[in-house]
Amino acid sequence: MAEFKRPLPHPTPETLHFWEGTQKGELRLQRCDDCRNVYFPPRPFCPKCASRKVSIFAASGRAKLYSYVISHRPAPGFTPPYAIAVVELAEGPRLMTNIVGCAQTPAALVLDMPLEAVFEKQTEDITLPLFKPAGA
Amino acid sequence: MKRKSVAVVGAAETTEMGLIPNLSQLQLHADAALNTLADAGLKPTDIDGVATAGESPTSVAHYLGITPTWVDGTSVGGCSFMIHVRHAAAAINEGLCSTVLITHGESGRSRIGSGRWGGSPASLSGQFEAPFGTMGPPTVFTIPVLRYMKTYAVSEEQLATVAVVQREWAGKNPRASYREPITVADVLNSRMIAYPFRLLMCCLVTDGGGALILTSAERARDFPRKPVYVLGTGESVETPMISQMEDFTTSKAFRVSGKKAIDEAGITHKDVDHLMIYDAFAHLPLYGLEDLGFCKPGEAARFIQERNTAPGGVLPLNTNGGGLSYMHSGMYGMYAMQESIRQLRGVAAAQVPGAKISIAHGVGGMFAASGTIVFSNQAP
Repeated sequence: MAEFKRPLPHPTPETLHFWEGTQKGELRLQRCDDCRNVYFPPRPFCPKCASRKVSIFAASGRAKLYSYVISHRPAPGFTPPYAIAVVELAEGPRLMTNIVGCAQTPAALVLDMPLEAVFEKQTEDITLPLFKPAGA
Repeated sequence: MKRKSVAVVGAAETTEMGLIPNLSQLQLHADAALNTLADAGLKPTDIDGVATAGESPTSVAHYLGITPTWVDGTSVGGCSFMIHVRHAAAAINEGLCSTVLITHGESGRSRIGSGRWGGSPASLSGQFEAPFGTMGPPTVFTIPVLRYMKTYAVSEEQLATVAVVQREWAGKNPRASYREPITVADVLNSRMIAYPFRLLMCCLVTDGGGALILTSAERARDFPRKPVYVLGTGESVETPMISQMEDFTTSKAFRVSGKKAIDEAGITHKDVDHLMIYDAFAHLPLYGLEDLGFCKPGEAARFIQERNTAPGGVLPLNTNGGGLSYMHSGMYGMYAMQESIRQLRGVAAAQVPGAKISIAHGVGGMFAASGTIVFSNQAP
């Protein structure tokens, strides 16, 4: 019945730390040791200054809703309508996610509303970072 | 690139347009190419450069019986064909080839002999976007617009107006897929696809093709058709992941590509008589008008609402009806250029009287890439 589940990521050597982090309830970002740029998605060098001296750290999980659509199209593993959102993390980078714990409506999904990360286990290897309204 | 150094001497679309279940994707390339060769009075053996996307240039060259000395398979989405024009201009100037054929064909609706969608789950978008329920362009290309609408206080009615105005243009075009007039209420009441996008704010999915032949401006005078000169070109890419766009209210690829083309042409915005902005969805003309510099940030919706881009307006836009009403095979950029060329040849269905300069601006992927061409019918 795999075709009825949502597509899951296949981690690569450069992204494995991120997916190991979500399994432990951490949203891991990277910071350049030279220019201090914080970035996402993962790669072993700074996309701003090209330094290979970068560190991995756990982000706060705090974010705000940057933009979204509410999809009415059928999708494996989803019950339409559902929101596909992009959130802006407190540390700066943005990432795509879903918003859980609230109605999937324009009234409930207000741009710039505060959010916090939650971690939803999909398989033994993959846990996805999702977001819910802060304090909900 | 040397200014005004190349020209379009052949341009045509497939014989049929819309639903073409009797032709494979490769034959759509060939049908467009044969029509374009006839338009230019050439045979395949006269062609020494081939560029295409969707199929490999090898497949197209061999199928048509062409032995090229230059090929370009740049494939960055629907603006690839604009970028092929740019690369062809450089190749002709460098002497790598003299006569370039650029083909597009896509069985977008019938899916005859066409590839499958979808990327690897190990790609960055496969890891960091696909798990969250993205289901193709209607649910991805659309994600930035709520941020744009909040930033500039643009309403859903204004977004719907883009589709309404383009349907007016389509009404003048016998080859357009949809020609019946529509209202803002019709658009807002059409089926919800991905809020805030309704069905009539999304492009069609059709079959078709088109091709161009380019040569040096000097040689262009010897061809049967009045040449359409390439004054300026631009290209750029930003990101394969919509979530990683620098700013959801503007496209960096649009800004870079558009500025490059307009600067190279040495024109001002007032010189532009006709404009094509690739409209896969209703928000693209808003981003395009602003990122190309025709409107200040946040002013494009009102500009369209005040009928500046409508029939009779100061800046006729998407006069074939656009991807929203004319056709959209998947990689629409070729059709935007075909309409620019028809306008400058004076043979468009909705002809802009006396049009001398037209810009065709394309998007590739979902705000991932861009290509821009400034055309003119005035000899260099």
